[in-house]
Amino acid sequence: MTAEQIIFLIVAGVTLASALLVVTTRNLVHAALWLVATLFGVAIIYTILNAGFIAVVQVVVYIGAIAILFIFAVMLTRRELRDNTPQLNKNWWSGALVAVLTFVGLAFLLQGWSGFSKTAAAIPSGFDAVAELGNQLVSPEAYVLPFEVASVLLLAAMVGAVYVAFTRK
Amino acid sequence: MNEWLYVGLFFIVGLIIPVGAIGVGWLLGPKKPNPIKQSTYECGIEPVGEGWVQFKAQYYIFALVFLVFDVEAVFLFPWAVKLNQLGLFAVVEGIIFILILVAGLVYTWRKGMLEWA
Amino acid sequence: MNFWNDPLKVAADWLTGIFVGWGMNDVFAQVLVAFLGVLMLITILMVVDIFLVWIERKVVARFQDRIGPNRLGPFGLIQPFADIIKLMIKEDTTPDGADKVVYNLAPMLSMMSVLILWAVVPLAPVMLGVDLNAGALFIIAAGSIGTLSIIMAGWSSNNKFSVIGAFRQVAVMVSFEIPMLATLLIPTIFAGSMGMNAIIQSQDIWFVLLSPLAALIFLIAAIAELGRAPFDLAEGESELVSGYNIEYSGMKFGMFYAGELLHAFTFGGFWAIFFFGGYRFFGLEKVSPFLAIAIILFKALVGYWVIMWVKYTVMRIRIDQMLAFNWKFLTPVAFVLVMVTALMNALLRDASSWLFITGMLLSNVIVAWISLEFVRSASKKERERVEGVKQVVEAHH
Repeated sequence: MTAEQIIFLIVAGVTLASALLVVTTRNLVHAALWLVATLFGVAIIYTILNAGFIAVVQVVVYIGAIAILFIFAVMLTRRELRDNTPQLNKNWWSGALVAVLTFVGLAFLLQGWSGFSKTAAAIPSGFDAVAELGNQLVSPEAYVLPFEVASVLLLAAMVGAVYVAFTRK
Repeated sequence: MNEWLYVGLFFIVGLIIPVGAIGVGWLLGPKKPNPIKQSTYECGIEPVGEGWVQFKAQYYIFALVFLVFDVEAVFLFPWAVKLNQLGLFAVVEGIIFILILVAGLVYTWRKGMLEWA
Repeated sequence: MNFWNDPLKVAADWLTGIFVGWGMNDVFAQVLVAFLGVLMLITILMVVDIFLVWIERKVVARFQDRIGPNRLGPFGLIQPFADIIKLMIKEDTTPDGADKVVYNLAPMLSMMSVLILWAVVPLAPVMLGVDLNAGALFIIAAGSIGTLSIIMAGWSSNNKFSVIGAFRQVAVMVSFEIPMLATLLIPTIFAGSMGMNAIIQSQDIWFVLLSPLAALIFLIAAIAELGRAPFDLAEGESELVSGYNIEYSGMKFGMFYAGELLHAFTFGGFWAIFFFGGYRFFGLEKVSPFLAIAIILFKALVGYWVIMWVKYTVMRIRIDQMLAFNWKFLTPVAFVLVMVTALMNALLRDASSWLFITGMLLSNVIVAWISLEFVRSASKKERERVEGVKQVVEAHH
C-alpha cells in the first residue's frame, strides 16, 4: 500500500464515522458539528484527488456557509436542543433494504469498470485547473448556459427564502 | 508530491501548538474548583434560567442572503482568473451573472428584509 | 545556490542528506524536513505574536496619550513574557453545564485558523510557502474555520452573554465575507491568477494604484472579519462583558487573544500582498531573500498599524447599522466595482500602461463618487425623517 492509500483509508473511515454520528447523535448542535467533520473529510478527499480548488470551495461554501446556517437554524427554532423522540420508526427495515440494494447495485455496476486497475494519466505540468474551469464556464461551446442558469437558480432561492420569511412575519 | 500535503502539515502543527500551550497551562495552573467559581458568569448576580436565549429570526435571513452571495462569488473566481484571455463576450456574461443576483439583493431590500427590526 | 541566496533550500537539502544518511526513506525524509520547517515557521510566528502584545499595548497607550508598559526591561519589552507567565499559571475553569469537548476544542481551532493562513504567505521569491492556485479563496476557507470556532465557543460555554456575542460576531463575519470575496476578485482579474505569488509577480504597478477603492473595501471587510473596533460589538463591554470568550480563563483565553492579534497582523500582510506588492520593493527583493522577508514584514506591520489606528480612533457601531452598512452599501459598491473593473480591463487591455492606470483610477473615483452621492441623499432623507418624528413628538407635548 502506498502512503496515499493509507491516508485515503484513514480519511474515508473518519468521514464515514462522522456521517454516521450525524444521524445517531441526539444533541442537534453536536450533529451539526459532526456534519462539519464529514464535510471537511470530503474536502480532504478532494485534495488527495488533486482538486484543490474544489476542496477550498467545499470548505468555503459547506463549512463557512451551510453549516453555519444549520447551526443558526437549530439554535433559532428549538428551545430543547436534545431530541428525545425515538430514532427509528417501524419502516426502518425498508430503508435499510433500499440502502443495501443500492450498494449491491453500485458494486455490481462498477465491478467491470476498468478504472480500478488503471492509474490515472498524469496531469501535464503547467496545467491550471482553475483557469480551465473558467474557460469552460464562459465558452459558448461548453457550460455558459448552466453558468447563467445557476445565477437564476440562486436568485430563485433568495426570493423564495425572503418570501417564506415575509409571510411568516 | 501533492502540494496539499504541506498544507496538511500546517493544519497538524497549527493544532499541536495550541494543544501544547493549553496543556502547559493546565499542568502549571492550580485546580481548586468550587460551585461558586464554576457557576455561569452573569456579572456577579446568580444566573437566571438556562444559558439559552431566543434569537431574532433576522440572523437566519442574513445567513441565507450570505449563502447565496457566497456561492455566487465562488462561481466568479474561475471567471476572473481566465478573464485576461477572454473576449468582451465573457465579460458581459459575468456582468449578467452578477446583475441577476444584485436584482435579488434589491428585491430583498425592497421587501424590507434587510431591516433590523 | 549558496545559503545567502536560498537559505531554505540549502538547509532542507542539508537536513535531508543527514536523514537519508541515517537510512531513512527518501520521501519520508522530505516530509520530515517539511514538518520541521513548518514547525520552525509557526514557532517564530508565536514569538512574533508575543511581541505583538507589546506593540499593541504600546501603540494604544500612545493613541490614548499614555506611556504604556515601561517597567519590565527596556521600553517594557519583557512585559509580554510576564503576561504569558500569568496566563499559564492561572486556574483553568470550566463553567457549569458547559459542553466540555466543544468548549476545549474552540480555542484550539481559533488559533489554528490563524496559523494555517501562513501556509499561503509568500515571504520571499524563494520562500513561497505553498503556492496554491486557489490561494485567495484559501484565506476565506481558513476564515470559515475561525467563524466555526467562535460559534462553538459561544454555544458550549452555556452563558447568555457568550451566545449573544457569538451570534453577533458570526453574523458580522459572514456578512463582511461577501465584500471581501468581491474585492479579492479584483486582484485576481488583474493578475489572471488566484495564487499569491502570481499576484505579487504581476504587481509591477501596485494594485492599490489601479483600484484604491478595492483596497479600502478589503481593509474594512478585514477589520470586520477580525472583530475589531468599530466592528467589535460582539464584545461590547457595557452590555456583553466580553462576548463569546467570557467563560474562558488562563491559556484558553490566551489562545483567543493571541489569535486575534496574529490574525490582525496576518491580514495586514494580506493587504500588502494583494494591493501593495507583497515582498517587492523596487527590485530590492532580488538582492537577498532576507531583505524580501524584511520588506513583507514591514508592510504587514504598516497594515497592522492602520488596523490599530482605526480601532483606537473610531467608535463602536450598533449591529443594525453595521449590517445595513454592509448589505446596503459595501456589498453593492463592491459588486459594481467588480463589474466596472472587468469591463475596463477588457476595454483597456491593449492600451498603454499609462492609459490603463488612468482609466482604472478614474473609474474607481467615479464609482466612489456616485456611491457617496447615494449615501448623501439617503442620509438626507433619514435626517428629514428623524426631524419629522421629533416635530410630531414636540407637537404632542
